[in-house]
Amino acid sequence: MIELRSICKTFKVARRNAGFHEAVKALFRREYTLIHALRDVSFTINEGEMVGYIGPNGAGKSSTIKIMSGILTPDSGECIINGRTPWKDRIAHVREIGVVFGQRSQLWWDVPVADSFELIKDIYKVDNASYKKNLSMLTELLDIGEIIRTPARQLSLGQRMRCEIAASLLHNPRILFLDEPTIGLDAVSKIAVRSFIRYINAERKTTVILTTHDMQDIEALTERILLIGRGRILLDGTLSELKRRNSRHKTLSVDFTGSIDRLENGMHLAKYLDGHAEIVVDTDILSVSDAIAHISGQAEISDLSVTGATAEEMVVSLYKEFEI
Amino acid sequence: MKKYLSFFRIRFSNGLQYRAAAWAGVSTQFVWGGMTLLLFRAFYQTGSQAFPMTFPELSSYIWLQQAFLALYMSWYFDNEIFDSIISGNVSYELCRPMDTYTMWFIKNMSVRLSRAVLRCMPILIVAAFLPEPYNISLPVSLSAGLLFLLSMTLGFMLLVAFSMLIYISAFYTLSPMGIRILTISVLEFFTGAIIPLPFFPESLQTLLYLLPFASIQNTPFQIYNGYMKGNEVSAAIMIQAVWLLVLLASGKLLMKQALRKAVVQGG
Repeated sequence: MIELRSICKTFKVARRNAGFHEAVKALFRREYTLIHALRDVSFTINEGEMVGYIGPNGAGKSSTIKIMSGILTPDSGECIINGRTPWKDRIAHVREIGVVFGQRSQLWWDVPVADSFELIKDIYKVDNASYKKNLSMLTELLDIGEIIRTPARQLSLGQRMRCEIAASLLHNPRILFLDEPTIGLDAVSKIAVRSFIRYINAERKTTVILTTHDMQDIEALTERILLIGRGRILLDGTLSELKRRNSRHKTLSVDFTGSIDRLENGMHLAKYLDGHAEIVVDTDILSVSDAIAHISGQAEISDLSVTGATAEEMVVSLYKEFEI
Repeated sequence: MKKYLSFFRIRFSNGLQYRAAAWAGVSTQFVWGGMTLLLFRAFYQTGSQAFPMTFPELSSYIWLQQAFLALYMSWYFDNEIFDSIISGNVSYELCRPMDTYTMWFIKNMSVRLSRAVLRCMPILIVAAFLPEPYNISLPVSLSAGLLFLLSMTLGFMLLVAFSMLIYISAFYTLSPMGIRILTISVLEFFTGAIIPLPFFPESLQTLLYLLPFASIQNTPFQIYNGYMKGNEVSAAIMIQAVWLLVLLASGKLLMKQALRKAVVQGG
C-alpha cells in the first residue's frame, strides 16, 4: 500500500555568523551547509493501519509527509503509494489522499466554510449523493453543523481544525496524512479530534499516518510507531512493545499517615510531601508487592496507585537512547 | 473543467460583494479619464495636425481604458498567491488534483473580471453621453466591434499570463517586491497605459508593436476606435495570439520547474 525504499533528501542551507561584517562577507561568498533531512528511510504501511510517526523537531517527519503527498521530490529512493510514485503522478495520486497540515489552512479565508467544502467537492468531482452523505456524517461527528456557515477567518483554532479535517475527508481518501493535527488545541477539541480519527480508521478503513509531538495522541490513537531521528528510521514497533521495554520502573503514588523513613534496595524516592510520596520501584530488584508490603509496614496507606512509564517518558528515554 | 468553473465562480462572486469599492473605483476612473482628456485637449488646441490620433479616437481610447482598467491594470497582483508561496501554504494547493498554473490563472481572471463587470457599465454609459468630441463613440463598424471583443480577450489573457511569470518568480526570490515594482513600471510605460503608444517616437514604433506589451490594451482599444484598419488589425491579432502562446508555454514550463525544485520550509 505505502512503500518507501531508501528515500534520501538533502537541503542546502545558507549559513553565516551574526554581525554586519559577516553579512557583508556573505554578499560575496556564501557558505552553504548540506542538511541531510532524510537518509535511507524505508518502511511499509499496510492498508487500514494507523501509524504514529514521531521524532524530535527537525528529524524529518514533515519532509517524509511532503514526499508521500507528492509535494517534495526526494534526491533518491523509491516511494510507491497505491501503485504510484507521488511526485511523478501527482494529480492522480492526490485524488486518493487527504492531508491536514496542522500549521496551515486549506480553507478559503473569506468565504463560509461550507463554500470551501462545495469547492472541494467540485475539485475532487465527488458526486452529489456521496457528498451529502459524507457531509452529514462529518458535520455530525465533528459537531460543525453551525460552524460551517461562518467564514473561516472568524473561527477559533479548534473549530477551524475540525473543519480542516472534515475538508480533507470529503472525497473519501484511502489515505489520510495528519501533520500535527492537535497542535494548539484545547483538551475538548483534542479529544473530539482523536475520537473522530479513531472512528474513520475503524469504520472506513482509512489508512492514517499521524505525526505529532503530543504523546497522548499516540497513546490514544496508534498501535504502531515509527521513530525517526536525524533523518533515519530508528525504531518501528508497537506501542505495547515499547512499553514492555520500558516497564522496568514503576511508580507508586502513596497517600499515607505516619512516615516512611526506610527504603529497601531497588526503591527510590521521587517525591516526598507530608502525607504523600512517589516512589519508583526497579522491578528487576524488587517486586511491586514487596515494595507495597514494605511501605505498609511503616505507615498507614490511605490511597495507592501504580503507574508504568508514560508514553512521554518513554519517548524521552528513546531520544536519549538514540542520542537524537 | 467543472472544477475550474466552480473555482471561477467562488472567486467571482466573492469579488462582486465589494460595492463601495466599486463606486469609489468608478468615480476615480471617471475623474481620471476626464483629467487626461482635458490635458490632451490643451495639446490639441495648439495644433492638432501634429498628433498621430484624432481627438475622437483618443477619447474612445481613454474611456475604454478607464472602463476596463480592472482587466488591464498592471499593478494588481493577488497577494494570496504570493503569501501562499512565501509562507509555504502552497503545499495545500499542491495536494489538490488540479493543475496549479491553471488554478492561479483562473483565480486572477475571476478577480479582475468581477471588478471590471461592476465598473465598466457606469463609466461607458456616462462617457457615451458626454458632448462630442469628449465622448466614447460606437465601434467604427460591426466587424471592428467583434474583433475588438476577440482582441480584448486575448489581451486580457496575455496580461494574466504575464503576471503568472511574476508569481512564479516568487518561488526563486523569497521577496517578489523588486520584480513586482520593475514589472509595473515597464508595463505601465510600454502598454500605453500612461501615453497611448502612437504618441511614442516614430523610430520606436515597430519595436513597440512587436513587444508583448502593445498586445495587451493597445491593440483592442485601437481596433475599437478605428485607429487600426484592415490588414493592421489581423496582423496585430496574430501578434497577440503568438505572444499569448509563448507566455502560456513558458509560464507552464517555469512552473513545472519551480515545483520540482520547491522546498516547502518549516513545520
